[in-house]
Formats: sequence, C-alpha cells, structure tokens
Amino acid sequence: MRSVRWARAGLVIPAWVAIAVLVVPLLALLLKADWAGIPAHLANPTVVPALRLSLLTTSSTLVICALIGTPLAWLLARSTHRATAWLRALVTVPLVLPPVVGGVALLMAYGREGVVGRTLLEVAGWSIPFTPVAVVFAEVFVALPFYVLAVEGAMQGLDPRYDGLAATLGASPWRTFRTVVVPMVAPGIASGAALAWARALGEFGATITFAGNFPGRTQTAPLAVYVALESDPQAAIALSLVMLLISVVILGALRGRWLR
Amino acid sequence: MRSLVSRVAAGVAALTLALSVVGCSAAGGAPANGPTRHTVVVLAASSLTESLTAIAKDFEATHPGTDVQLSFAASSTVVTQVNQGAPADLIALAGTSAAGPLDANRIVGSSRSLASNTLEIATPPSNPGKVNAITDLSRATLKVVLCVATAPCGKAAAKALSAAGVVAHIVSYENDVKATLAKVQLGEADAAIVYHSDVVSASARVRGVQIPASVNQTLDYPLIRLTDDPTTVEFATFLLSDQSRKRLRDNGFLTP
Repeated sequence: MRSVRWARAGLVIPAWVAIAVLVVPLLALLLKADWAGIPAHLANPTVVPALRLSLLTTSSTLVICALIGTPLAWLLARSTHRATAWLRALVTVPLVLPPVVGGVALLMAYGREGVVGRTLLEVAGWSIPFTPVAVVFAEVFVALPFYVLAVEGAMQGLDPRYDGLAATLGASPWRTFRTVVVPMVAPGIASGAALAWARALGEFGATITFAGNFPGRTQTAPLAVYVALESDPQAAIALSLVMLLISVVILGALRGRWLR
Repeated sequence: MRSLVSRVAAGVAALTLALSVVGCSAAGGAPANGPTRHTVVVLAASSLTESLTAIAKDFEATHPGTDVQLSFAASSTVVTQVNQGAPADLIALAGTSAAGPLDANRIVGSSRSLASNTLEIATPPSNPGKVNAITDLSRATLKVVLCVATAPCGKAAAKALSAAGVVAHIVSYENDVKATLAKVQLGEADAAIVYHSDVVSASARVRGVQIPASVNQTLDYPLIRLTDDPTTVEFATFLLSDQSRKRLRDNGFLTP
C-alpha cells in the first residue's frame, strides 16, 4: 500500500509542478493588474488600433489558411506518391522554425530587394513590407502548418470508402471534396482553425522583422504589448489581459463543441 | 481512499517547490561578489555594439583570465532589464535622460561620461529615395524608419524632426538603433535616423546624410557601475583610457 502511495506521489508531484509552471505566470498577470485602472489603460491610443489590426489580420489569415490549406491537407492525406512524405516534412518546417528566422526569410522573398519582391515592385509597383498585407503574410507563414497538419490528421481518419462511394454515385473529385470530405472533417477543420488563429494572434518575431512596427498599420497587439512594456507597463498588462480573455473565450467556445 | 487533503498537500508541496525555484533564480540573478570572479557583465546601448565589442577584446587580451560578457539593447530596455533584476555589473546608456528611470539602489559610485554621439540620416548606398537633407524626409513616397519612441534614438530623432519642422513619412518604429539601421541596410527603407556612430560603423553598407547642427541632438553616454567588484572597476577604468577612447572615436563617437 505504502509503495503504491509513494509511486502515486511520484507522479502527482511532477504533475503539480507542471501545472504551476503553466499557471503561475498567468496568475501573476492577474495579480499585478491595476484592475480599477484597466479602462483608462485600454484607452491608451495604441491599444485599440492594435487590437483592431490583430483581429483584422488574424481573420484574414484564417480565411487564407482555409482556402489554400484545406486542399493541401486533402492532397497530403490521400496522395500515395513517394514525394508526399517529403512534402509533409516541408510543411512542418515553418512550425519548428524560430519566427524571427521566418521574418528574415519573408524579407528575402518579398522584401523590396527580395527574390519575388523586386519583381513585384518593378511590374506591379507593390511593396509589401511595412503594410498590413505583410502582417498577414507573416501570420499565414507561421499559422498555415498548424492548420494543414490538424486538418490532414482529421482527413487521414476518414474512411476512404466514403470518397469511393461518392465517386461511384457520379460525384466529381471536387464535389466529393466539397460535399463529403469537408463536412465530415468539420471538427478537425475547427480545431485546426483554432490552433492557426491562436498562433497568428500571438505572432511576434516574423511580424516585427518583416512588417515592422507602426501603430494602426503593422503594430499588432503582441507588438503593442512589447512596446508598451517600457513606456506604460500597466497598459501592457491590460492589453495582455484582453488577449488572454479573447484566447480563453475562443478556446472555451470551441472546446464545448469540437475540441475534446 | 485518496483524500482531498493529500491531494492539496501534494499541490502545496509542488507549488512551494516551484516558487522556491523561481525565488532562487531571482535571488541568484546578480553574480556573487568574490575574489575568484573575473567575469564582467555589461549591458549597453545598441549603438555601442562595435566599439564595446572591440574594447572588450582589447581588455581580455591584456587582462588574462577575465571575461567580459556584453549584451546590447535599446537603453530603455537595458534600464527595464536592470530594474527587473537582470544580472549586470556595468551599464552604458545613450543619453543621460535614459538613466532617469534606473533604480537608484543599484547604482554604485558616480556615473562617468563614456562618449557622446549625434544623429545622422542613413540611406542605402544607392540612395533610392534621393535623400539629401532632413527636409527630404517629409516626401510621401519615402519609407522612413525611426527607433521606437521609448528608445533614446527615437526620442532624439523626434526632437530633431520637430526642430527642423519636418513631418517625416514614417513606416516603422524599430526596437533599437541597430534594428532601425538594418532596415536601411536591407534596402527595405529609404532612410532612417540613427547615430553618426552607426553610419561610421556600417561604413560602405549605408550612406550618411548630415543633419544640420542647428536641429541635431547630442547625447552624452553615461557609464554606470552597479558593483564594486575589482574586475568591473578595472574594466570601467579601461573604458575611459586613451586606447578605448580611440576605439570609440574610430567608430564615430566623440570622446571627452
């Protein structure tokens, strides 16, 4: 009996340490907040534009991820080609890449002097860095792998006989994808979207490197938190709490329906 | 039956452990003083990157067994780090006003003037925006990058622009002066307001455009000691030596 209890303690203690590791910083944020002053701190002129920009860019990111990521997930899930494993590994790279490296890579590609950016500027007159479009580029780059891998996982779990059945009933591959596959993996799509959205909302390194930092244009909420920490720490805490609240509400809402 | 009490006890034990770990690392932040220690931790304004790196090498070469550890950031970030308990023996800031928010309890002795610096406009070598004067920065087609307003280079640049009556077409506020300069070096920005020393250190990678003395700002760089440790005192003295001052001048600083 005694040894069982000790063995259990050996598991329970590290588990509680793990919980403390995760919870202590968040509790500290709540404890250090000047609650009465929060409305005034949120009225700081950088806060509202930063939140607005973050919501705008992350929702654009989500739409782009769904439009291009869902077909890629399907391709990865159903392709039997030898190159598929390599393609999957390639999709995973931005996931493990430090975001600031992603930002440098984006500059090298789409910057004014970049491989693609130079041509874009010469042909169309577009310059991407320092614009909200650059923020979306950065967010899509870091969030897309989360979306693709989550959705691919759900599609892998889908019995291929459904596609076969739809095909024998005369459905085109596009129609099968749209009316059979996507609705059946909706929970996977929702969790992929939540992951991708959260990653995009938290994006910092690639954004500040590639898009710069200008209030209302490229200064997203995480950048505003970082800048405010030196000028007005309570505004930084207030904005952090708003982001924490948004994240918890979204994840809570999703958890009830799809995430289990 | 496994009681609630034992669960709570385990939880409290774990929390205590976690907190004590946190406490230890905070208390152990500043390296302990002792005769065997020969490490000097220096936090400095990013404009000092090239100069201090060279001076630290000089010092280590002439003082065997010493190790100067350098970390560079915007002066405002350095001050925040020190106030939050970052381990540091010596700090060097861009401008005396940057030291204002510094926790007075951590300062040991009086601060000394290390060097001074003025502002200058940096453009890519090809000068794609055709910037030849501070008044050119108001052109709407231009992409101008400044330091963030909390950093001394951002504050000084804003003062110079307003003194010149110029509303610059700014596209980004970067974390520190080296990040600001980098946007010009990469060719992404047409112009940035940085320090004269940054333009000198970057040599051919950027082109400098002078800011008239009537609107330019001069920043005095204070050297502030946070410990009485002998190696730190020695390095602080070395920083004020003729040899080190020459290094600073070579990188575009003015020295006392």
